[in-house]
Amino acid sequence: MLLRTRYLTQGIAKVLIWIAALSTIAVMILILLQILAEGLPILHLRFFLESPREMGREGGIFPTIIGTVALTAVAILFATPLGVGTAIFLREYTRESHISRIIRFGTDCLAGVPSIIFGLFGFVFFVIYLNMGWSILSGGLTLAAMILPTIISTAEEAIKAIPYSYREVSYSLGGTKWQTVIRAILPNALPGIFTGIILGVGRSIGETAAIILTAGSSLVMPTSLFSPIRTMSIHFYILAREGISMDMAYGTGAALILLVLLINTVAHWLLNRYIRHRV
Amino acid sequence: MILGLITFFIFEQGLPLIWKIGPRAFILGERWVPSQGSFGILPMIVSSFWVTIGALALGIPLGLACTIFLCEWSPPSVGMVLRPAIQLLAAIPSVIYGFWGLIVLVPLVRNYLGGPGLSILSGSMILGFMILPTIISISEDSLNALPPSYKQGALALGATHWQAIWRVLIPAARSGIVTSIILGMGRAVGETMAMIMILGNAVKMPTSFLDSARTLTTNIGIEMGYASGAHRQALFATGVVLFIIIMLLNSLAIFLSRRRAG
Repeated sequence: MLLRTRYLTQGIAKVLIWIAALSTIAVMILILLQILAEGLPILHLRFFLESPREMGREGGIFPTIIGTVALTAVAILFATPLGVGTAIFLREYTRESHISRIIRFGTDCLAGVPSIIFGLFGFVFFVIYLNMGWSILSGGLTLAAMILPTIISTAEEAIKAIPYSYREVSYSLGGTKWQTVIRAILPNALPGIFTGIILGVGRSIGETAAIILTAGSSLVMPTSLFSPIRTMSIHFYILAREGISMDMAYGTGAALILLVLLINTVAHWLLNRYIRHRV
Repeated sequence: MILGLITFFIFEQGLPLIWKIGPRAFILGERWVPSQGSFGILPMIVSSFWVTIGALALGIPLGLACTIFLCEWSPPSVGMVLRPAIQLLAAIPSVIYGFWGLIVLVPLVRNYLGGPGLSILSGSMILGFMILPTIISISEDSLNALPPSYKQGALALGATHWQAIWRVLIPAARSGIVTSIILGMGRAVGETMAMIMILGNAVKMPTSFLDSARTLTTNIGIEMGYASGAHRQALFATGVVLFIIIMLLNSLAIFLSRRRAG
């Protein structure tokens, strides 16, 4: 009897867990399908290449694509050297000490700070204090601060995974510390670092709250680093929230999802290949 | 360094106002009417609290179920699909969730449960999904990190697979699971865009789960665009409160995971 209750409990638990896991996937597929189904018919080449007319009711999303690309590029350009540098410093130049512990605590905390706080910070510091205005540069720098933790931690993992013998061989051949880092460690950590960058790109593309406060939401074509822009996700948000055009919102949403899917697949593929390569 | 800068600038902007009207009046005040100069954020703190609780009520059971499923029960083929799918869940921009909530969940809640539809309930449901990846990935790591002998020992003592999971593996991975929940909480408290779209943004004390509400984050997100002077400072002060809450949660999570590692 006792035995039977035990197996009954197990059976019930099993059923419940299957239901929970499957419904999670179901909801996710539902979200994606709904937006893709409504949005895909709108995605013609012209949608991507035309400028929006009448506040986005007609036309395409070309300036927002340019805005997204420019902003992401600025963010990556600033965050990568800083992040990889920090990772090398943490792994190669210090032992576990007070400094490294403080840096690690800082990055851990930074990773948990909500984007709206980054937005507030970017607004006071870059937009007002450094007087950059609502621009690609302010938005990009704010984003760089946001993706820094991701880049640091993936780069650190990549460096950690390099066998110690690589370093020993480099030293035994008479290499200096710097040569070891540049010639032996960085090339081998490159795929891992690249994965971090791609994850950062993904986050930049989807980000809204921080950018709307720092890069503005102007729909004109950007002309320089100091012009305000509107990214795809902000465009999507404004279209949907102010009810300007549901068709255009679905179209932009579908484009966003496709982009994120693509980036994630690439990152996943790289990560897998890298891990297999290591083992 | 950047963390320091952030802290400095946000506090520098926000603190003067808090001191001017007094921390008690600011945090416990129930009226938020910027045009009349009355800034009280208690309704937003309460809303943030309830939305987060709601999100956890959905996110914890689902997250744990998925974790157990992934670690113990899923056939490898299902796991191969589910794992990237969950990572993808983390990568979908929050505005997309907000939009979906707005066009699907909100009408559902309005038609079947009444109220405006733009409500704490809808917000919690969406947030519950948004925090799943955080909860699943970290608690999965901590379950996988357990020595296999735990499970073998339990099974050898005649426990069923479920008993081994529930009585041995989950308690052993407790600190990791708690960490994942705290980080999920941090994410829920900090979410902005999706919440602006779903919560309805009414500035009042929420009295039920079907009420429309405004959280700390959405308060900043909505009004920052046109605020100036004392109003802007008040928004920064809201940011200060939010920042302190998040930092407490983060430190707790980091402390817990350190203790596990050490």
